[in-house]
Amino acid sequence: MTPILEVAGISKRFGGLQAVARLSFQMAEGEMLGLIGPNGAGKTTAFNLLSGFLVPDQGDVRFRGASLVGLPPHAICQRGVARTFQIVRPFPHLSVLANVRVGALARHADAREATARATRIVEAIGLADRLNDPAGSLTLSDRKRLELARALATEPALLLLDEVMAGLSGRETEAMVALVSGINRGGVSILLIEHNMRAVMALSHRIVVLSFGEKIAEGPPAKVAADPRVIEAYLGEEYVHAAR
Amino acid sequence: MTVPRLAALAAVLVLAALPSVLSSYAVTVFIFIFFYAYLGQAWNIVGGYAGQLSAGHAAFVGLGAYASAVLSARLGLTPWIGMLVGGALAAALGALIGFLGFRFGLRGFYFVLLTVAFAEICRIVALNTDAVGGALGLYITFTGDPRHFQFQDNRMYYYVALALMLAATGLVAAIERRRFGEYLKAIREDENACEALGVNTFKYKMLAMVVSSFLTGVGGTFYAYYLFSLQPNAVFGIPLSVEIIIRPIVGGAGTVLGPILGSFILSPLGEVSRVYLSQGSWSGLHLVVYGVLLVLVVLFLPDGAYPAARRLLARRAR
Repeated sequence: MTPILEVAGISKRFGGLQAVARLSFQMAEGEMLGLIGPNGAGKTTAFNLLSGFLVPDQGDVRFRGASLVGLPPHAICQRGVARTFQIVRPFPHLSVLANVRVGALARHADAREATARATRIVEAIGLADRLNDPAGSLTLSDRKRLELARALATEPALLLLDEVMAGLSGRETEAMVALVSGINRGGVSILLIEHNMRAVMALSHRIVVLSFGEKIAEGPPAKVAADPRVIEAYLGEEYVHAAR
Repeated sequence: MTVPRLAALAAVLVLAALPSVLSSYAVTVFIFIFFYAYLGQAWNIVGGYAGQLSAGHAAFVGLGAYASAVLSARLGLTPWIGMLVGGALAAALGALIGFLGFRFGLRGFYFVLLTVAFAEICRIVALNTDAVGGALGLYITFTGDPRHFQFQDNRMYYYVALALMLAATGLVAAIERRRFGEYLKAIREDENACEALGVNTFKYKMLAMVVSSFLTGVGGTFYAYYLFSLQPNAVFGIPLSVEIIIRPIVGGAGTVLGPILGSFILSPLGEVSRVYLSQGSWSGLHLVVYGVLLVLVVLFLPDGAYPAARRLLARRAR
């Protein structure tokens, strides 16, 4: 079976900074893959390369066998790859429903159908009581949900989630973990950037670790967490010796 | 029928009946109200809904006006067709400006400057082209023949201007209910988020610009055949661009009724202050009144008068 996503040696340089270097990995259909790494490791740059907001200097990104490189973001979304933003970007003056409808309209040109579809998603995501409120009035936790709802409304096969747990309280995080895992069980493949280690360890089938733009480890959560290179990247060299 | 629809129908009927009781001067004031509401509505599509602040819409008025006047004088083409040709030329110019601005990512102030620059280029070209009258401009011979878009009776202009305003408003209302309108509002809020949600922002901004400039170009013919003279400084000038913009901003940009409300507020005010304040040593004072009003609106009604009025009505109803 073709992988849903093949990342083949992509690189991106900003002036003197090699943000992403020869990054390669694959995702199977239905997989939940965690992408972790210390701050500045190049995770968000990698996301921007996959979703068309940046064009890689070299390498290829293939979605179900077809290259995405050079396509504008909206075309990548229409092919079935949706993303959220780490800094959430709601349309603040539009209602929650109208926000989600913008995503739904990508699949359903008919306004009534898009509204019905968007309403169902808003209910499923737990924002039904805020349906007609302007998105700008939501709490951070609800904005993160809205960001997720909008991306879901475009009916993606692959969802790229950029730190949807960041800034949430313990209980809010639990609710978000349940939500993300439910979406994955519904058949959507998910690539997850996350700083919340507990959440990413619990959710991911496999994990890819980035440090200074390069992949330093890849594998099941338990194996990655025990990898000395990963511990070094996160905590510094001396902790590796301490752990031994 | 719903209450808003009944109210709209009643308003249209009243406006249609008004000329029979109005003085000739009042009819003139209403013609300007309708005409500027029409231009404001055209601007509203790209400036209000899509949030792309064109400050050079006079370029489209001027191009449309010159096109139909020249075609009529040289080739005998009736302005009724000339206005569509003028609209098409304005749309082509709009497409060029839009392409340069949207393709190369000129946002905010840079887009404003681009549109102003194009309007100024048009003005200077017209000033220096003898074939279209140069600095003297063009004068249209009065025939009073409806086939030449000319009427003996001022009230006919009233109805033409009313029809233009209602047609543009109907179009904007239809756009707002469709995917096109929803996308434009979302583009105004956050273009990158739109792209991530599958919206081809370039395509929809271009479409908004082309529709807006076409309508504005059509308005140019009315301008030419109502005033019977075209001067480059007036018809391509920055003051006209400002007149087009401030009505929807004062009334409520990105709303269906904003440009109309804004025109009902500003056009009579501009007229009254021009008549009473611009004589003798008070010349130019009407611009001060305009400016003060604009400052007040920006301070106290940043969304414009129409959204504020709606909020007030909603509070009353509760």
